[in-house]
Amino acid sequence: MTSSIPPAGTGPLQAREARLAWGLLAPTLISVAIVIILPLIAIFWISFKPIGLADLRPPAPEAYERVRGDLDVAGAEATLEYRLKNSSREYPVTGVRLTDVLPDGLTITELDPRCALDGAALSCDLGDWEAGFSERMRMPVTASQSFVDSEAEVRDTAAVLTGRGNSVLFNGTFTLENFARVFSADEFFSVLWVTLFYTIVGTIGALVVGLMAALILDRDFKGQGIMRGLFLFPYVAPVIAVAFTWVTLFDPFSGSANALLLQMGAIDTPINFFGERPLALIMVTVFEIWRYFPLSFLFILARMQSIDTDMYEAAEMDGASPFQQFRALSLPQLLGILSVLFLLRFIWTFNKFDDIFLLTGGNAGTRTLTVNVYEQAFAISNIGAGAAVAVVIFACLLLFSVFFFRFISQEEGL
Amino acid sequence: MKRLWYGYVTAPLLGALWAVTVAVLVAVVMSFSTGDAFRPSASLALIWGAAAGYALLRWRAQPWVRAAGVALMTALVMLGIGPVLAGAEVSVVSRLLAGVALGLALIPPLRRIIGDLPQGDLDRHEFEHAVIRFLTGFGYVFFTAIVLIPFYVMVMTSLKSQQALLANPLDFSLDLSRGLDLFRSYIELFRDFNFGRYLLVSVFVSVMTVAITLLFSVPGAYAVARLRFKGRAMMSRSILLIYMVPMIVLALPIYIGFSMAGLRNSIWGILMIYPVTTVPVALYMLQGYFRGLPAEVEEAGLMDGLNRLQVIWKITLPLSLPALASVGLYVFMIAWNEFLLAFMLLDDPSKFTLTRGVAMLNSSEIPRQHLMAGAVIATVPIMVLFLGLERFMTRGLTAGSVKG
Repeated sequence: MTSSIPPAGTGPLQAREARLAWGLLAPTLISVAIVIILPLIAIFWISFKPIGLADLRPPAPEAYERVRGDLDVAGAEATLEYRLKNSSREYPVTGVRLTDVLPDGLTITELDPRCALDGAALSCDLGDWEAGFSERMRMPVTASQSFVDSEAEVRDTAAVLTGRGNSVLFNGTFTLENFARVFSADEFFSVLWVTLFYTIVGTIGALVVGLMAALILDRDFKGQGIMRGLFLFPYVAPVIAVAFTWVTLFDPFSGSANALLLQMGAIDTPINFFGERPLALIMVTVFEIWRYFPLSFLFILARMQSIDTDMYEAAEMDGASPFQQFRALSLPQLLGILSVLFLLRFIWTFNKFDDIFLLTGGNAGTRTLTVNVYEQAFAISNIGAGAAVAVVIFACLLLFSVFFFRFISQEEGL
Repeated sequence: MKRLWYGYVTAPLLGALWAVTVAVLVAVVMSFSTGDAFRPSASLALIWGAAAGYALLRWRAQPWVRAAGVALMTALVMLGIGPVLAGAEVSVVSRLLAGVALGLALIPPLRRIIGDLPQGDLDRHEFEHAVIRFLTGFGYVFFTAIVLIPFYVMVMTSLKSQQALLANPLDFSLDLSRGLDLFRSYIELFRDFNFGRYLLVSVFVSVMTVAITLLFSVPGAYAVARLRFKGRAMMSRSILLIYMVPMIVLALPIYIGFSMAGLRNSIWGILMIYPVTTVPVALYMLQGYFRGLPAEVEEAGLMDGLNRLQVIWKITLPLSLPALASVGLYVFMIAWNEFLLAFMLLDDPSKFTLTRGVAMLNSSEIPRQHLMAGAVIATVPIMVLFLGLERFMTRGLTAGSVKG
């Protein structure tokens, strides 16, 4: 008698399928882990480190060798000098070893006690160096005729130094100063306000403008395809090209926009669109709207064209006017896609860096959180503080995405 | 509101608004194309627009009304009392051109806006339809202008000389007598600034990114779409999460890592990063498409003795060529336009990508038209690709949905 109950647990076929699935996903997972997850962990680590741009080069021992005195005849005596130095003024180097090859015919008459000579090969154990260590190691040498003839220099073979530098990136020093700095700075709240203004106004603006564009193209006419392609231009063009074009167009001295407004009598003196305080923020937000309205336009148009036309015919029969139809029929149908777009665009505008960086460089009151990362890390050369700002951004994003997934699971589509 | 629902009120009102729109449009277009001093006059535009609206409503049945309207507007502009005013030094030809353009842009479209609007009382439908016709016309003008003007300025600035640009920033007319010298900025970019090489590097990087992305994401997407395994639901969610991580947050540790590993200033370093940033998007787009394919075809293949990998290669991939084209194009666009990583990781001018090369031109020592020429060089290839394959591109964008 056979059982009518399906087998429980994982069968060999299922196990094989799961193995295959993980195998197929492996390249993606591994690469994502290396390029995305690892840097994310690194940024948390760095944000607790007192580290500047200059500390990226680990401390290393350095040597500069030269001969003091003349060695122009056989038997002449001079001094071989190694100027030794720790490249870092803050961190020690341990276990320093120097190796060098002496030129043919040069003999060291009195070896430094730390050094040993094996044929022409010189090797020295120089021990541990303090931060900012510097020393001149001198050894008397004599030259033979072959050295004089060969015109060899001691520097022909470079001295090789090895040692363990303790980079601040990997040692056990941690600090909360980066975060203290980020939060206490007067500018933090202004940065936060700029970010919120840019994100909220930019997102809503792009949605509204996209909706208007979709409304005027949601009808059959010749050239609709061309218009649709045209409307996508700002989004498809490289950001660097359009951002610099805007800068050129709105330049206070040679910009066409100012010349046009002057000629039309709208203004008396040229306006520095990207350099004045409230105006620059408005301009970068307008740029954001201009560049990303095509995306919302495309989605809203796609949704509109999938709405059943029967509904509108019925409404027409019942005497609903066009505006009433839009309010009572189209808008509710579009609400789903509009809210999904709002959430996604909100996160993406929040993350945006290139646009503002290229337009104003974060000056004139346009510094958002993302631009602040760059500003702290590279302009002020404080990598730790930059990483701390990045951690703040990441925390905000986690918050958004919790909300996002709560919401999106109720929504259709994505 | 209800007071407006009367033909003799609505038509002049819409006419006045349309005339202001058209006057601004003609003034901007004429200024930008000839450099002459044209400016719109709001009050005159309102008056003449209202008159035109009234006339077109009153005599719309007459066959001569349009021609008469265009002729009248031209005459008004020539006389200097039209909706568009010309400066004293503007030549007669330019003035005539502006007048005809204004007449043609004002009268026939206004006739269409008014349509069959009754002369007396209007009901809600008739009124709203007329308003919508006006708004649609306004929308075409507005959107076309805001999209095209920056690109027009970009191209024309790149063809000007520095002195001409400073003398009159509005004059975008081409001095054809300069002949080949018009393209001087482009020639200098390719000859002295190594732009030919940057172009090749960008093509290489973008094509490689597309290839690697597809190589990684096709199997992954297939696994998520078709195969059953623990953690599948979580997988498709985390994909979305991953591409919400901002690039600048990743760029900092990547910069540090690359500095220490000596991978900065290397195309291979760039090629290690670019595909990984696009793999999640591509995977997400492709798995959606794979889910839509009928599973029966693949099952038939399995029954006939193919293994899974052969099924993917021989059945799924040929069926999803259009999706691969869309995803490929979309990834190409992202890689081609990428700026932040190229800017941070490349300092050596012999290894720049095109976007990095253009960023280099943004300096006070290099003239503006070189910068704009660089922008054109970066924009043209992606635009050609986009216009040629618009169908795929649009689909790719809608499926990729969210990436900024």
